[in-house]
Amino acid sequence: MKVLVAVKRVVDYNVKVRVKADNSGVDLANVKMAMNPFCEIAVEEAVRLKEKGIATEIVVVSVGPATAQEQLRTALALGADRAVLVETAEELGSLAVAKLLKAVVDKEQPQLVILGKQAIDSDNNQTGQMLAALSGFAQGTFASKVEVTGDQLNVTREIDGGLQTVALKLPAIVTTDLRLNEPRYASLPNIMKAKKKPLDVVTPDALGVSTASTVKTLKVEAPAARSAGIKVKSVAELVEKLKNEAKVI
Amino acid sequence: MAILVIAEHNNSALAAATLNTVAAAAQIGGDVHLLVAGAGCAAVAEAAAQVASVAKVLVADHTVYAHQLPENLAPLVVELGKGYSHVLAPATSNGKNVLPRVAALLDVEQISEIVKVVSADTFQRPIYAGNAIATVQSSAAVKVITVRATGFDAVAATGGSASIEAIATVSDAGISAFVSEELAKSERPELTGAKIVVSGGRGMQNGDNFQLLYAVADKLGAAVGASRAAVDAGFVPNDMQVGQTGKIVAPQLYVAVGISGAIQHLAGMKDSKVIVAINKDEEAPIFQVADYGLVADLFEAVPELERAL
Repeated sequence: MKVLVAVKRVVDYNVKVRVKADNSGVDLANVKMAMNPFCEIAVEEAVRLKEKGIATEIVVVSVGPATAQEQLRTALALGADRAVLVETAEELGSLAVAKLLKAVVDKEQPQLVILGKQAIDSDNNQTGQMLAALSGFAQGTFASKVEVTGDQLNVTREIDGGLQTVALKLPAIVTTDLRLNEPRYASLPNIMKAKKKPLDVVTPDALGVSTASTVKTLKVEAPAARSAGIKVKSVAELVEKLKNEAKVI
Repeated sequence: MAILVIAEHNNSALAAATLNTVAAAAQIGGDVHLLVAGAGCAAVAEAAAQVASVAKVLVADHTVYAHQLPENLAPLVVELGKGYSHVLAPATSNGKNVLPRVAALLDVEQISEIVKVVSADTFQRPIYAGNAIATVQSSAAVKVITVRATGFDAVAATGGSASIEAIATVSDAGISAFVSEELAKSERPELTGAKIVVSGGRGMQNGDNFQLLYAVADKLGAAVGASRAAVDAGFVPNDMQVGQTGKIVAPQLYVAVGISGAIQHLAGMKDSKVIVAINKDEEAPIFQVADYGLVADLFEAVPELERAL
C-alpha cells in the first residue's frame, strides 16, 4: 500500500528560543532548524512498513517555506521514495495545513497517512485529527504500536491512564507518539542518493485551497521568570525549609 | 451565549480535569452545559449535575460512545456545537483526540491548551514547550478550545443543581472499534491532580530504585512522575512521564530527583509552586528553576528524606 508521511520543519528541539523584543513572535533568525522529532518517528514507521513488505511506496509531504526542502531531502535519505512540498511563505495554522494535506491525500490516494502527534513549535496537536476529519478517515492518535492486518489497522495508543488499542478501517490516519520507534540516521550514501529522488513543489493556489485563518496572534511574550532559588546544605535543612518557609509539607 | 463543555469520565466517575475546564468556561461567561457521552454513564451525569456553575447536563448514553471514539463522538459534538459560542474540552488524551476532529468538521481552527481567558474571544496559550506565551484572538463563530487543567482552579464538584437532558442522536461512523485497554494501576493520587509530585529521572539507574521515591511519596501523599529518560529506559510506564510530550503538572510541591532539567521536562512542571531538585551535578539546569536545590547523591539523600518526614 501507499503511505503518505507529513513532516514539518521546526526549530531544533535543543534550541532555547527567545521572544522578539516587539512581542510579535519568537526570534527564528539564524536558529538551527530540523525535522520535528515526531515527524522523524513517522518517517521511520513508514520505512519499517516498507521493509516488512507492507508499504509499497512512501510519499513524504511538507507544508512550509522553500527551505523545508531540506527536511524532505532528509526524509528521502531515510527511505521515502518521493516528496511533495506545498510551498507557502506564511506560517499556517493546523486547519489550513490539514486542508492542504487533504488535497494531497485526494491526489495521492494513500491507504495510510502518518503524522507526528504534535509539532514542537506550535504544540497544537491538531493536524492529524483534522486531516482525519476532513478525509472521513479513522484516526489512531498518539500511537506507540501499529499493526496492519489486511484492510485493518490495529493501533495501540498512549492514553492518560495507560494504553488503549483500537481497530481502524483503512484508509486511516496515524499520529506518532515518542515510543513508537527509534528513528534511524541517514547514511552518507543515502543522503547523496536522496538528491536524485523526485521532489515536486506545488502552491496552495494550485491545490485550490484557501488558507484564510480565524485565529490571530496578538502578541507573544516570555513566560514569567521564576525567582531565584537557594541551595540547601542538607536534607534536614531542606525539610525544615519546606515545612516552615514554603509551608508545602 | 452558551458554552458546551465535554466532560471527561470513564463511564463511572467524572474526571477532575472537567472541573478545571468548567472553571475556564465560567470565566468566558454564559451558561455552561456539560456533555456526558458514554455508555452506562448515568452516575457520571448525576455527578455532573452537582458541579458548580453548570446550568444543564446533556447525556448521550449509547454503546457507540462507550470509549469515546472520535469517529463517533465528533459528529455528535459538531451537531450540538453549532448551537454554542464555545466548545471546550480538557486537554487530556481524550480531549486532544476528539476536539480537533470537531473543529475541522465545523471548519474552524482550534485553540489548544489555553492557560488563561483574556476575554470571550482572546486566550493565552504556551508555545515552544512553554518558552513563550501567545495571546490569540479567534473570530470563529464557534470557538473550539482545549483547556490546560493546571491553568485554572477547579470549580466545586458539588453545590450545583443542573437539569439533565437526554440526547437521542446516535452517530456510528463504523470505521473504528475499541479492542482493549491496559490501565496502569496505582493507589497513589493521580499525577495531574496531585498536590505533591515526586519525580525520578535517569539518575535513578533502574526501575527498582523507584521504590525509594515511592516510599517518600507515600509519606507525603504524593504522586510519582518521571522524566522521558526514565520512561525510555524502561524504569517506569510511559503514563508517568511529565513534560512537553507527557503530562503537564502544577502541584504545590514538585520534587525532581536525578533529573537534569531538559527543556522538554521543564515544560511539564515549571508552573509548580515550589520546586525542589536533588541532583549530584551542581551544574544541572534543573537548579535554575528550583526553589530549593540539594547537591547530593540521591541514593543517600532520598532515604534520609524519607526518614526525616
